[in-house]
Amino acid sequence: MAGVAFRGVSKSFGAVTAVDDVSFDIHDGEIVCLLGPSGCGKTTTLRLIAGLEGPTAGSIHIGDRDVTMISPKGRDIGMVFQDYALYPHMTISDNISYPLKVRGVSKEERASRAAEVAASLQIGNLLERRPGQISGGQQQRTSVARAVVHKPQVFLFDEPLSNLDAKLRLEARGFIKHLQKRLGVTSIYVTHDQAEAMALADRIAVMDGGRIVQMAPPLEVYHRPANTFVANFLGSPPMNLLPVRLERRTGVTRFVADAFTITAEGWHERLQGRVDDGESVILGVRPEHLALGEADDPWSFPGELYATEPLGPETLITISVGDALTTLRIFGDDPPVVDGRVHARIQNTNLRLFREGGERIELG
Amino acid sequence: MNHHARFILGRIFFYAGACLFASFFVLPLLWLTVAPFNTLATLSLSLPEEFSLANFRRVFANTFAIRALVQNSVLQAGGAMVLVTITATLAAYALSRSSIKGTDVITYGLVLFSSVVTGTAAMVPIFLMIHGMGLIDTHVAVILVFTGGLLPAAIFIMRDFVDSIPRSYEESALVAGASPWRVFNDIALPIVRPGMMVIAVWAFVNVWGGFLIPFILLRSSGKMPAAVAIYSFYSEAGTPLVTLTAAYSLLYTLPVLLLYLFVNWKYGFRFFGGIKS
Amino acid sequence: MQRRSILSLPAGLLFLLPAGAFVFVFIILPFFWIAAVSFTNRTLTGRTALNPEFVGLANYRRLFDPDRFFNSGEFGASLILTGQFVFFSAILGQAILGLLLAWFFYNHRGWVQSTVQTLAIVAWIMPDVVVAFAWFAFLDRDDGTLNQILSAIGLGHPDWLLALPMVSIIMFNIWRGTAFSMLLFSSALGSIPPSHLETASVAGATGLQKLRDIILPLIRTHIITVLILITLWTFNTFTPFLLTGGGPAFQTEVVSIYTYRTAFQFFRFGMGGAVGMVMMIINLAFAIVYLGILRSQKAHA
Repeated sequence: MAGVAFRGVSKSFGAVTAVDDVSFDIHDGEIVCLLGPSGCGKTTTLRLIAGLEGPTAGSIHIGDRDVTMISPKGRDIGMVFQDYALYPHMTISDNISYPLKVRGVSKEERASRAAEVAASLQIGNLLERRPGQISGGQQQRTSVARAVVHKPQVFLFDEPLSNLDAKLRLEARGFIKHLQKRLGVTSIYVTHDQAEAMALADRIAVMDGGRIVQMAPPLEVYHRPANTFVANFLGSPPMNLLPVRLERRTGVTRFVADAFTITAEGWHERLQGRVDDGESVILGVRPEHLALGEADDPWSFPGELYATEPLGPETLITISVGDALTTLRIFGDDPPVVDGRVHARIQNTNLRLFREGGERIELG
Repeated sequence: MNHHARFILGRIFFYAGACLFASFFVLPLLWLTVAPFNTLATLSLSLPEEFSLANFRRVFANTFAIRALVQNSVLQAGGAMVLVTITATLAAYALSRSSIKGTDVITYGLVLFSSVVTGTAAMVPIFLMIHGMGLIDTHVAVILVFTGGLLPAAIFIMRDFVDSIPRSYEESALVAGASPWRVFNDIALPIVRPGMMVIAVWAFVNVWGGFLIPFILLRSSGKMPAAVAIYSFYSEAGTPLVTLTAAYSLLYTLPVLLLYLFVNWKYGFRFFGGIKS
Repeated sequence: MQRRSILSLPAGLLFLLPAGAFVFVFIILPFFWIAAVSFTNRTLTGRTALNPEFVGLANYRRLFDPDRFFNSGEFGASLILTGQFVFFSAILGQAILGLLLAWFFYNHRGWVQSTVQTLAIVAWIMPDVVVAFAWFAFLDRDDGTLNQILSAIGLGHPDWLLALPMVSIIMFNIWRGTAFSMLLFSSALGSIPPSHLETASVAGATGLQKLRDIILPLIRTHIITVLILITLWTFNTFTPFLLTGGGPAFQTEVVSIYTYRTAFQFFRFGMGGAVGMVMMIINLAFAIVYLGILRSQKAHA
């Protein structure tokens, strides 16, 4: 068992910088999700750990070893690929035990260990089949079995669930988390699906433009996003972002936009010295931290009803505020009946403020 | 006109057209499928009075022609097949998977050069080169020249095939701890094998049917392949002994047809299409 | 920059080496050698075999001698014959028949289509000498299958190989090579999304309008590919030699046969080299035009 560390790692392909001066420490036994949109550098980061790419600058460490110059063969990792990469000419048993074969393990032991791993992943009855003869979910489990059979120090997952349909994906997600916790092996998991990252990760590393913009436990990333990019990327629907201008008068602070004015009751002292009068900021509030309110509530703002979407346990109410849309999440299976002009009230304990450039303003 | 009548007319038009196309391709070969079994065959298309294998017996008595078929043609086509398949596979794999720069330029340059330097245009320097190497009138000469000529197209097709295989196969083996050689041997080779089969069949068929190269490079009758030896059934004046030439033609064509059926059955002709030089 | 690939650079070069050696010796070397030989009076035997003399442009001057350039059996006449052969058998014959076949069977996939396709492919893959012999029998004046049919329907029985030799090799070459155009056009048609044609049908287009307005523009690149490749192949084919030997009286002596006769009948390699050089330059022109068109097509896409 071992942790994984990056020290100032960069990777360029010609003129394109895929990974830009990244440093992090992943602890022993932890599962970290690399989350970001396509092209953010998350897959390249994973391939750098695997040794499938060499860094342009910086060093990579697994446990106590500097593996920067070591080929994949010497890194002792198990990896699950997006397309599974199961060898079509080998049986499931031979596929699973291939890492043992290249390590010179005897044929009998290979077969018995493949059978053991397969049984624990509920594919024990498929050992003599070929990859083309089993379902997508079974192929996915086979590729996981192949990654774990030689008890590697680190597991790498490259969007392993993206080829499964929605129902299987949920099932496989729980199964991977269960397996990771049972084996306790350091894991790095690449995904563009924020729900998957939230569900699986001990910590999420959100990437954008080749850099890690925030690396923290899921709930912290969710509730205290480092910037508007993270705020917008996590959550479904994402955090509502309302651009406003701050007005400080004696004893009172207001957030002013074209379509509304919010009186920041009780926040005047809090914002003292952190935001200047007249500064443009962005209010960030999650849909579940908005409620239907009254016009005279200082923390409320008005909008026109745009759409109501009852989802069962919750209802999404979207209102148009000026020329932007804002979404409220109302829990309970009895959706409120609303029409026309609606007031949304901010639960101000969960309000976040961002500078115009995007980074979050730390409030006391 | 109602819908039903129109449908029937359409069908009639379709089958009539299909018959026309089919007969265009079939008629020139019809005689060749009947004549070998008729001891009294002339160039006239007619069913034999009695079906007989006597022509084939006489062909088999011509040891020179039979040796050309089962020894020389097999040797030359087989030799070129092995060489083309191995060298094209290695080269295509390198062009697809190594860090060599400008592989697209190399591939297109190859195709450009090979379509310029054709066997007919380059027959003089090829003859002089083989002459200079002292290889005139050897099987090796035929094998080498065919290999050189077929390689660019073979590499082009094979590269297309290797490019279509996800790199994650080899990458997963690397991560699993395999050495580069093991990756090539355990994973890459088995996966590209269908492509190799197609290249092999294609190369074999091309050499098997080729006439010009052995015609200018070989002298002694003992080394001629069937493509040239078939003229041993022609008289001095250049007119064929119809019955025997027909029988020999059929024997000579058979392997090509069988290989075509094999490839068609196993992989479909789609992949084989468009690559006959 | 450090970059890892599945095959290391040394291994890659090693893998390329055998093929590279073959290509160098049998494709690249001949290209330059032929240029060198064409400026000499190299022969197979005698004094000039061992010590060929540099004769400058003499071979080319002889080849392009304006006094006899277009005489029967000379280079110019051969080029004209080749032009006719390529135009009628490849561009008009194979390409149009191939397109017609592909279009005819588009939407009619089944055993009828695969039978006709197989027959065309058989004509394409059979050995040269066998198809030549089959056609020798097919075209025979008195007993050939073709004349049996023609006289049965009262169209006489011409002596194809003697009286209409060029027509004969053109028919032969269409029959021989249509399979390629057919296969390529079939796959091109297959790649057109059916919704394109359905939209046109809904809009009320007739079959011919669909061909002209939708199908042909969509498969333009394939058409160019087919035209260039079959032109190159037909230009370089030696197979008519097996049917007519270039005769009678040089009437079917296309350049491939002319090269052979020049170089190997009298073993005048200098002259043969000059002819080969001209052939290669023509090939090169076709290939460059082709690559140029492909590139501009790619740029448009």
